[in-house]
Amino acid sequence: MLPPVEEIKTHLEGLLPGVALTVEGGAIIVPPGQLLSVCRTLKDSERFRLDYLSNLAAADYPPERIEVVYHLCSMAQKHGPVTLKVKLPRENTAVASVVPVWRGAEFQEREAYDLYGVKFEGHPDLRRILMWDEFEGYPMRKDYKHEDQDA
Amino acid sequence: MAENPGVAVDEGVRSELQKQGVYLTTWDGLVNWGRSNSIWPMQFGLACCAIEMIASAASRFDIARFGSEIFRASPRQADLMIVAGTVTKKMAPQVVRLYNQMPEPKYVISMGACATSGGPFHKGYNVLKGVDRYIPVDVYIAGCPPTPQSLLDGLVRLQEQLRTRSLPAEVAKKMGEYTIPAYGPRGLEPKANPEVWNPSMAATPANLTNPAAGPA
Repeated sequence: MLPPVEEIKTHLEGLLPGVALTVEGGAIIVPPGQLLSVCRTLKDSERFRLDYLSNLAAADYPPERIEVVYHLCSMAQKHGPVTLKVKLPRENTAVASVVPVWRGAEFQEREAYDLYGVKFEGHPDLRRILMWDEFEGYPMRKDYKHEDQDA
Repeated sequence: MAENPGVAVDEGVRSELQKQGVYLTTWDGLVNWGRSNSIWPMQFGLACCAIEMIASAASRFDIARFGSEIFRASPRQADLMIVAGTVTKKMAPQVVRLYNQMPEPKYVISMGACATSGGPFHKGYNVLKGVDRYIPVDVYIAGCPPTPQSLLDGLVRLQEQLRTRSLPAEVAKKMGEYTIPAYGPRGLEPKANPEVWNPSMAATPANLTNPAAGPA
């Protein structure tokens, strides 16, 4: 069983000196620069073994930020989910890709890129997955103005 | 033959002739009887409406009662396109292409709110607001999704339409190929095919079927 989220945070900070995490609700807020090392630690540590990324999603909070949310589970230890969030600026939204950690992130990151414009650095094949290639803009952003089909 | 619109023969005479094995009808009546009772739909679905379409084909509702049980997996062998579900902008060019590949004469049923108007996705960025922007629709069916009874009602309405058509006019009519819309930066281009799209004709209460309200 997983300990409470504050305990996970403290444990992580012990494993990763210099990483400052915060807890908001049930989620651990990870600084964007430290995301990869936190993810690798959560996956590789004996204590957590979070080997399965069950969900990756983006959320738009205008005017200033977009969040990417990660839900991690352990198939090996049958526990989870642990929720991670990274807060990114709406302009120049970029974060490290977690595909090198969990291969299953590939299509979910493409979806977040397609609909929210989050650029996942290090993604092997970052292009649109739902909208067509010629499409411009990120339609799930709250300031996206969709076309008027009757005009 | 139940429908015999063009033959002005006294009922009693006709009845007597039938006893002798002589049946009187018009060529239109005969052909339309055959055509309207052997409409082959195309086997393709786009969303939850397709589940109701499948239920219509299964034993409980049994679309075979109306002669349309042969769902063809190829547009080349189909007479009727049942647009069963949400037509996304990404799917719309493929729907038009499938329609173009069907042999004539061909018919279209717009099944449900999505295919008719975009339905609950009407204000979205990714859904076509009615398949009638690119292909000509013969019957619109209301519902979200329509029940199998609604679909069967729509099919019967289509059959009724077919029985009123004259064969020479039907043979002369060529739908031709419709322009396949292209993907643009915000949506499909063009936004509608002006040869087909007539906003004043689209999905009004007059041409919607609604079994709950009883026959019109």
